[in-house]
Amino acid sequence: MPVEVLDDGRKRIYAPLSEDDVRQLEAGDVVLVNGTIFAARDAAHKRLIEMLDAGEPLPFDPAGQVVFYVGPTPERPGKVIGSAGPTTASRMDAYTPRLLEIGLKGIIGKGGRGPSVREALKRHTAVYMAALGGGGALAALRIKSQKVIAFEELGPEAIREMQVEDFPAWVVNDCLGRDFYAETVRPWRKNELLPQELRLPAEP
Amino acid sequence: MGEVREVAAAEITGAVRELCIEINYKVSDEMVEAVKRARDDEESPLGRQVLDLVIKNQELAAEGEYPYCQDTGSTVVFLDVGQDVHIVGADLEDAVNEGVRRGYRDGYLRSSIVGDPVFERKNTGDNTPAFIHTRIVPGDQVRIQVDAKGGGSENKGRHAMLKPADGLEGVKAFVLKAVAEAGPDACPPGIIGVGVGGNFEYCAVLAKRSLMRKVGQPNPDPRIAELEAELFEKCNALGIGPQSLGGTQTVLAVHVEMMPTHIASLPVAVNIECHAHRTGTRVI
Repeated sequence: MPVEVLDDGRKRIYAPLSEDDVRQLEAGDVVLVNGTIFAARDAAHKRLIEMLDAGEPLPFDPAGQVVFYVGPTPERPGKVIGSAGPTTASRMDAYTPRLLEIGLKGIIGKGGRGPSVREALKRHTAVYMAALGGGGALAALRIKSQKVIAFEELGPEAIREMQVEDFPAWVVNDCLGRDFYAETVRPWRKNELLPQELRLPAEP
Repeated sequence: MGEVREVAAAEITGAVRELCIEINYKVSDEMVEAVKRARDDEESPLGRQVLDLVIKNQELAAEGEYPYCQDTGSTVVFLDVGQDVHIVGADLEDAVNEGVRRGYRDGYLRSSIVGDPVFERKNTGDNTPAFIHTRIVPGDQVRIQVDAKGGGSENKGRHAMLKPADGLEGVKAFVLKAVAEAGPDACPPGIIGVGVGGNFEYCAVLAKRSLMRKVGQPNPDPRIAELEAELFEKCNALGIGPQSLGGTQTVLAVHVEMMPTHIASLPVAVNIECHAHRTGTRVI
């Protein structure tokens, strides 16, 4: 489904994503993610890359998909999931370019990405979004169903397929190479109070 | 010397279990206040929006269905054991770990510990072992402080053996650089724990212990309190803001602890805590 632009400027997106969807997302956009996404974090990424190296089929085809870096708490009886906010994305930097090469289109995590990932997002027309770090309780309410589809033995690090409804995130790195974090901090930095090495010029 | 008082290991287990559950759902009043104050002081509209969400998350978690954060932490346990106490019924560390095991199971908390760091990295399945710091102190009580420490912010910790010539300015620059480099990854706004002095390992523990202080309570030494105030202002001058979306509230507090050190040394350690600061205390 195509990207919907809401009256307040937020963009509602539906996973899986097409390249055309990704091109409509810009650094700083607030997005509401809908559809099917895949939860995977450190240990699952390590295994996915080992499977790719061994030429084995992956538990899901990343082409067009959105991966959410999360390891939820166990769900209480009657609940879909436990707390489920994003984990630090940069730990996945070593693995991410490989997944982008085979078509991964979107990532949800928290924190910044290194230059290799920013470059790969640009090269493969994909987007990195951040959700509220430390907002696991709120995030849980936007997840409507979930099931483990691979690596159950990894416990909280198993791969899960999730249905999400208006899951909020903001675009940090878009497919044009923009890095939102590089833009947000600059105007607020008070150079006069800081040592030389931490001063930021007014313009990049 | 006082009379020897017996404390049942089971009581310690029970207290640890309760604390693990309590702190992961219900944020302390002081953290509620600290975030509210940051919300009022934040100049960036985007930053205020983020802090509104943080407050909502605090409120939702306090209802007891969903932990504050999915990273329910490694369990750090500070034990002050009175020297007149005799612990009976089990080994002290086993009693603590049993409390963690039960707390994480009964509280639907995440098991976030792997059994070894580089070989198999297999999840231990019950969040044990806890990281336990025990002191023998005067008296006949056992004081237990539990901290659920998130891995994302813990990863942004920094430690250095500076030269004495680097002095106070060197310490300040090191702290600011650590906070700047942590950027969005440590889920700001949080608390910055700083240890200065001691030796290599004492310095790191000092930084961690400083986080256990009441949020924003100044160090009783006025010179250190002044340093805390200056670092607080300068950390916020970094402009990182809530979730690094830019703003004036990058940290909620800076806590500094110092201790004597070697004539050749100036150790400094920075232990960063995210806005999910979860700690609680029981005295038996």
